[in-house]
Amino acid sequence: MRLERRAHRPLFLVLVSPLIAVAAALAIAGILIAMAGAPVLEAYWRIVTGAFGTRLAATETFTRATPLILTGLAAAVAFRARLWNIGAEGQFYVGAITVAALGSSTLAALPGPLLIPTLFSAGALAGMLLMLLPLWLRLRFSVDEVVTSLLLNFVAVLFVSLLVEGVLKDPLAFGWPQSLPVSEHALLPKLIMRSRLHIGLAVAVAAAIIVHLLQSRTVFGLRTRAAGLSPAGAAFAGVPLGLTLVKVACLSGGLAGLAGAIEVMGVKGYVTTDLSPGYGYSGIIVAMLANLHPVGVIAAAVFTAAMFVGADGMSRALGIPTYIADVVVSLSLLTMLVALFFTQYRIRR
Amino acid sequence: MMALFDILASAGLWAAVLRIATPLIFGTLGAVLCERSGVLNLGIEGIMTFGAMVGWLTVYNGADLWTGMLVAALAGAVFGLMHALLSVTLGLSQHVTGLGITLFASSLSYFLFRLNVPLASTPPTIVPFKPVSIPGLSDLPFFGQAIFTQTMPTYLAILTAMVMSYVIFRMPLGLAIRMTGENPHAAEAQGINPVRIRYSAIMAGSALMGMGGAFLTLSAFNSFFPTMVQGRGWICIALVVFASWRPGRALLGALLFAFFDAFQLRLQPVLGDRVPYQIFLMIPYILSIAALALVARRAKVPQALMQAYRRGER
Repeated sequence: MRLERRAHRPLFLVLVSPLIAVAAALAIAGILIAMAGAPVLEAYWRIVTGAFGTRLAATETFTRATPLILTGLAAAVAFRARLWNIGAEGQFYVGAITVAALGSSTLAALPGPLLIPTLFSAGALAGMLLMLLPLWLRLRFSVDEVVTSLLLNFVAVLFVSLLVEGVLKDPLAFGWPQSLPVSEHALLPKLIMRSRLHIGLAVAVAAAIIVHLLQSRTVFGLRTRAAGLSPAGAAFAGVPLGLTLVKVACLSGGLAGLAGAIEVMGVKGYVTTDLSPGYGYSGIIVAMLANLHPVGVIAAAVFTAAMFVGADGMSRALGIPTYIADVVVSLSLLTMLVALFFTQYRIRR
Repeated sequence: MMALFDILASAGLWAAVLRIATPLIFGTLGAVLCERSGVLNLGIEGIMTFGAMVGWLTVYNGADLWTGMLVAALAGAVFGLMHALLSVTLGLSQHVTGLGITLFASSLSYFLFRLNVPLASTPPTIVPFKPVSIPGLSDLPFFGQAIFTQTMPTYLAILTAMVMSYVIFRMPLGLAIRMTGENPHAAEAQGINPVRIRYSAIMAGSALMGMGGAFLTLSAFNSFFPTMVQGRGWICIALVVFASWRPGRALLGALLFAFFDAFQLRLQPVLGDRVPYQIFLMIPYILSIAALALVARRAKVPQALMQAYRRGER
């Protein structure tokens, strides 16, 4: 038995591979649920109804999907150029804390239509700067950016902790370490009344479409793909590799920073050190499930968010730890890798 | 200034250095073994988390401490096997595979832990490894307390570094591993099976990572809690580069790193009123990044690191 490379990638297989991957992940996680002594099908049905069953549940799922779309895009654009930005978690936090700092300052006297775009840009800029450091280390000292961007996540969260317990601490929060709230003008309008769903979702979807157009219709997109597929070939074809990577890093870090900004302005209104339940890391899974396609990221983010939101209700009803959602989602990353492999290779006897 | 000297002269500091270094020694050695065979194992963070959880859970359910250690090692090897299947047999991107293993192994750890141990205000504990006194040596005035009052796994970690150094540089097996990491095609021409070497190296290396994690719950602390590994795995990956893929230097690197960590812990109460504690906690991570930048240019990377090997395919 051996593996043989397919002459071409069947489009049908590429399109169904995420579905097969998710089904396989659900089947494997089902064994865990059964071992825990709960009815598997009922557990999954409760996850579905818990995520989409009521108006409240559905809006909650889409609220949760919003930062995941952005962190998923952050990973997708970077991975396409083989820039391994694993620092979206840290970039999310610096974006969030920048917004909290500016949004609670005198700047917040600006009217909403002016203030909101300013804060978006500031959050994105903070994320960009945090991603440029690992990239600089890679270009200047050839340090692998995986480890440096990962380690910066810990530094960023500690930095946020420093600020929310220090200069940005809210004196009215009964001693809890949380930042000053952003001004009312900075809060994002709701998309649906009487829910937490805010216009951040529209921003995230627009970002996905813009990234898609950038990647498929511009020289920058072509250069990104070339740099990812073969750096040597790209350099030979005259692609300025360093500059392309800088642009990709800015885009990637900016998207992750924007995710943090939007989460503060749309949902919480202030920053704590548990603002993100791992949005940065889940973004990697979202990007892989979408096979790095920007529009696919939207679907993958909704799936991931639905798992997390649905698992809460299922957990309360059946006594299965909510961590089952993390297991399903991370397993689907691994099964997706295998599924994608078999779109390129086949088994021959 | 006197305060700094007092810290350096206390035997407690040096005892802490060895204690803090132990999980890093295990983890870094594990990563060195994987990377010497040409495979980057970013599963380390998750494998350490799983080792910490499964080792603790085994002991909590009545087994003795060494059984816990063994179970953690075996669990590590199983995740190693998974990594090898994906990165060697299928030849997938080692970055993505490793991150996938980390995310999966950590989620599975939290899930299994929560399933077996319901949420409580105070987490349940076990009786961890006790310090072993070595007759004669432990009675030495300063060094006795500083170095020779560790738990058995710490001595085991140091011994493992020496053994691995010998195996990698002085034995045919080590040559085979290094060759596979430098040029698997040439290794195959010499009658070595690169696939088998990579599988064994990844599984053995991952077993060591599992033990490093288990040290945290079976010796350093006595309970398990999520996120307890705190990026130690990533620090090990940085230490591998710092050690330029040598087991002996990995031991030194881990000790040096642990020294800074133990020192900052003792500096906190001294400077605590002037400097926020988060600054101290940042030091290990910033130090790792700085160390990488310092040595990365001169690093002698195994030439086939992160390159998939498929027979007859370039």
